Formats: sequence, C-alpha cells, structure tokens
Amino acid sequence: MLDNAAAARDEIWARRFLAALAENRVSRMRRLLLVLIVASCGGKQSSFTETATLRRAGPNELLPVTDFEVIRDRAPRSRALFGEVARVLVHPRCSNCHPSGDTPHQRMTMELHDPSVVRGPQDNGVAGMECTTCHQDRNQELTRVPGAPKWHLAPIEMAWVGKSVSYICKQIKDPKRNGGKTLAQLVEHNGHDELVAWGWAPGADREPAPGTQPQLGALTAAWVETGAECPEESR
Amino acid sequence: MKIKINGVDKTLDVDPEMPLLWALRDVLGLTGTKYGCGEALCGACTVHLDGHAVRACVTPVRRAEGRAVTTIEGLSPDGNHPLQQAWVELRVPQCGYCQAGQIMTAAALLAAKPKPTDADIDQSMAGNICRCGTYTRIRAAIKKAAGTPDDAGSK
Repeated sequence: MLDNAAAARDEIWARRFLAALAENRVSRMRRLLLVLIVASCGGKQSSFTETATLRRAGPNELLPVTDFEVIRDRAPRSRALFGEVARVLVHPRCSNCHPSGDTPHQRMTMELHDPSVVRGPQDNGVAGMECTTCHQDRNQELTRVPGAPKWHLAPIEMAWVGKSVSYICKQIKDPKRNGGKTLAQLVEHNGHDELVAWGWAPGADREPAPGTQPQLGALTAAWVETGAECPEESR
Repeated sequence: MKIKINGVDKTLDVDPEMPLLWALRDVLGLTGTKYGCGEALCGACTVHLDGHAVRACVTPVRRAEGRAVTTIEGLSPDGNHPLQQAWVELRVPQCGYCQAGQIMTAAALLAAKPKPTDADIDQSMAGNICRCGTYTRIRAAIKKAAGTPDDAGSK
C-alpha cells in the first residue's frame, strides 16, 4: 500500500512537471533538476515516463492503438502496448482459466472453482468431471452456467495467476509456453479465437474483459509490429 | 431430432434448447435420472453422452442429436453392472435420491480408468453431492466394483 501511495504521489508530481514543461513555465535550472531527478530514479520512473502522456482508460475500456502514437520511440511504445494487452490478460474473466494450480478460479474475486474440479491430463477435467460435463458450447441463460466452444483450461505452462505483466509478456512470446504459436498466430488467437471471445460475452451478470476482442487483436498486432517488447519487471 | 437412448433409436420432436433431463423424464418417461438443483451443481441428473458424463439438467437436447445417451435404466440390461451389484452389496444408498447420478459418474470413471486410486475417485466424484453423506460407502463400492482392496468404509 505504501509503495502504491508513493508511486501515485510521484506520478502526480511528475505529471505536474510535464504539464508545466509543456507550457514552458519551468525555468532552465528547474528543467535541469527534473532531468536529473528522472535520470536518478531508474527503471521504475522510466517505465512511467513512457506512459505519462497517455490518457487514462476507463475500467471497462481499452485505449485504441492510435493513442499510443504519442510515444515516439518504438520500444517504449511496444512496452506500453503490451501493458494495455495485459489489462485483458490479467482480468479475472481471462485469468480464471489460466490458473497456476490444478483448479480454475471463478468470479471477479478469483475464488477457486466450486465444485472442486481439477485440470486432468488434457486440461479438460477428469473422467466423470470434465469441463464439458457441465459447460456447454454457449452460455446457458436460465441456469447461468457459462459456456463457449472448446471450454477448457489453459495448460500449466500458460499459467497467469500470480504472475507479473513482465513475466506474462515473456511467457506469451515463448513458443514453448504459448502452445507453439508464432507472434502472427498469437495476434490471430487474441483477435479471433472463439473461447477468447467469451471474455467479452460472459453471460448472466458477469463483468466482461475491458474493451473488445477486435481491440485486443489490434493492440496485440501493434505490439508485435513494434518489436513485441516486454515491460521491465517492476522493482 | 434423432438420438439413440439406451441403445434404441428415438426421434424427439421437442425444442432443441429443452434440457435433456426434461426430454428423458417428461417425454420419454425415463424417471431414473433425477432432478436435483437444475444448475449442474449437484450431479443427480448425470447421464452419459457417448460415454462421457454430462449433467442432463443443463445439456440442451440439440447437443445429443445424432449421439448416444445412456441413463441409469440403460447402464446394464438387468441391473447387473458391477457398480450396481456393489451398490446393493454394500447398501450404499440411504434416501437414494442422488444415487443414480453417483453411479453414472462412477461408471464413466471406471470406463476411463478401471483401477482408480482414492484420489482418482475423489476427483471424479467431487461434483456429485449426497445429502445423506454416503460418500464413504460410495468410494468403497467403486473400489469393490473395480476389484481393488478397500481398507476403510466397507465394514
């Protein structure tokens, strides 16, 4: 909490400085001081300054790719684009079925799935208790049981729960940990896969993942086009 | 829709979204499969679809079109499936309401894994709830049907 509060305070001050800079209200000496401060703050600040000029997205919104054009340099723009992609990946609607253990999670609180199901050897449950024992190929309106084609768990090497955005970025690029996908296939998967699509049409009163699937596809494509850079691990 | 029910071809003229459980009980008169929670949370309505356990209360009839459904009535010709025999011998049921679902889930387990461990049984049976708490006898009967020794619960 203290770290978060300090980071928020730093961000507010830095934003004020940047705004002042933009309005040319800061003296030469203070500009020099700001440069020194930013330079001395290491990776944490550098990742912040990359995104400082982006507007804030609403909780259920994804920033469009065009918003990232304000970041001139390719690598920081790529890192920022992945940060936006990751807002979908770590959303419970998506992460719940990318567990780090053998049991999926459910609800926005990410509690363990009830009844207690296990991933089994094929990530689709065990005999008598398969994912599709209960889950259908579409959401069940009356019973609220969620469903989509190919309902199953992500393999353990694709586990996201409890992982950092930096870790997930490196993991999702690694064919050994992404189901053997090329980056082009990853773009296609994020943008068009029908199980991924469920994240924005979860049925009943479930909160959807932010933005839309086409937006996720476009952000992933832009991330790949800018070099598929990964954010640094925050310290 | 054409569906093979307990080995017999049937034609059902019903809404494709009708829960399979409704079709089995109300249209075909197969009342061995029970209605418990109606939300796939208790397992009382478990039947087999091409050998896989499904919850009939949330499975639309359209999913079964052109496929084979097995209910407790069709598990064996005369009630002599090893699980049914073990269930009788160990007097597993108490009120009995959940037991058809329990047996159908256990049958799907044994078909896939003829010699299940305790952990296999617990994982596969985790979604079949018994309000009478007959779980110990259920596990013992599954092991008896599988021909594996049981150190607890069979007494």
